[in-house]
Amino acid sequence: MISIEAFGRRLRARELTSEQITTRCLRRIEDENPRLNAFILVMADEAVRQARHADRELASGHDRGALHGVPISIKDILDIRGVPTTAASRVREGHLADRDAPAVAHLRQAGAVFLGKTNLHEFAFGTTNEDSAFGPARNPCDPTRSPGGSSGGSAASVAAGMALASVGSDTGGSIRIPAAACGIVGLKPSFGEVSCDGVVPLSRTLDHVGPLTQTVADASLMYHVLLGGAAAATPAPMPISGLRLAVPRAYFCDLLDDDVRARFESALDRLRAAGAHVGDIEIQHAADIAPVYMHISFADAAAYHATTLQTVPERYTEPVRLRLETARYVLAEDYVRALAGREVLRREVEAALAQHDALLLPALPMPAPPIGASTVAIGRSTEPVRNMMLRLTQLFNMTGHPAISVPMERTSAGLPCGMQFVGCRMQTDALLRVALACELLVRGESSHSTV
Amino acid sequence: MTIDQWLEAAQTDADGRRLTALKPLLETLAGMTKALRAADFNERADGVNMQCGMRNLEFPKRIPHS
Repeated sequence: MISIEAFGRRLRARELTSEQITTRCLRRIEDENPRLNAFILVMADEAVRQARHADRELASGHDRGALHGVPISIKDILDIRGVPTTAASRVREGHLADRDAPAVAHLRQAGAVFLGKTNLHEFAFGTTNEDSAFGPARNPCDPTRSPGGSSGGSAASVAAGMALASVGSDTGGSIRIPAAACGIVGLKPSFGEVSCDGVVPLSRTLDHVGPLTQTVADASLMYHVLLGGAAAATPAPMPISGLRLAVPRAYFCDLLDDDVRARFESALDRLRAAGAHVGDIEIQHAADIAPVYMHISFADAAAYHATTLQTVPERYTEPVRLRLETARYVLAEDYVRALAGREVLRREVEAALAQHDALLLPALPMPAPPIGASTVAIGRSTEPVRNMMLRLTQLFNMTGHPAISVPMERTSAGLPCGMQFVGCRMQTDALLRVALACELLVRGESSHSTV
Repeated sequence: MTIDQWLEAAQTDADGRRLTALKPLLETLAGMTKALRAADFNERADGVNMQCGMRNLEFPKRIPHS
């Protein structure tokens, strides 16, 4: 599917209209959604109405900027006024949003067209998208596999050409994981930059809202609109020569699928050959990441769900209900220990970035797992899928640093995998400039196949 | 409460609520809690502190791009 940037050029050259591209997406949804189950709700009539309005506005000289007339999907965890926000759960039956979440309002104001709401892991409490009241979403690259999660439907909608971009949420990797699994770009901005109001929370101190797109440039356009400002032009890529990049090898590269490791190392070689300095660095307490993350995210989720676990437990999918029930047993003293650990980790990531422009690591240690798999073989060891899915992303939700997953070359089996770039807090624009500079080298392409 | 005592109490509670499927999940949580409590950033009232107290970590100054 055409990128946002390319569509904008053709729209303004009067070669393509919003209605034409929206209709094309809706046709694609009609063809592909029965196979992929990416959408929970398709808003076809409303989308065409919005697209025609966008075309009329442009014809009359009113240009709202880079997202004018761009058809996108929205994860069904953000409020769109007038339609339910299900969070992929029967617990939310009967809900109707009476206003747009601020992030959605910014997109509406920027002229975006809403195609519909996408499937997710129930309440975003999972990374495979298997546990949804609407059934699992599937990976467009191989429908027997998970699209990742929790924003799996969002990633599938973009990767399958059903939308030009999507908006997801990320509490432990829920934008970057499905982006890597489906072969697209996923950006988690710095904590607090994009409003999480009107978004069903998983953990208020870990939740982030951000875009899933085909290119880094498109992620930048979406990010600026989500902030609520005018859609800025794509920033200039940072010069690659002299770029200071660091790989946290211990822990983060200990457990990697062989194919993912090979693609990661090849991409690093290309960056070095282009003049970037790529060194190694250590996050001293990396081994504590999973326990710290689990105690914070579990306690936060338990507090939010305590009432409905008591009153309507049968409305949850069984796996999510059981995990939430487990979460209710976290002791206050351990939650406080985890908060201390989070602070230590935050300072260690700050230290790692003090002399570097970005940290580089894979976004996902392996390609998308088969739907239904509870374990995955990594080298000679067998690991739980859930632990592996979160392993490389959850740290940066705790520390609040911006992070973006960019597609690498596909594995020998043709499955996508992603490289994660992590930047300094509240410097998401600088991170985007680094990712823009490196994108084609990381992809192993001379130009975008999607554009 | 030690982790073993906590796990036993939690599993008994889960049994009482007819949530026996919780037991393996509680064991996983107990393992994570054990790791969390063993981390060297934890502080102790007797002053016998770990190698890496938070106070030992200064915020680094960012070095501008040259």
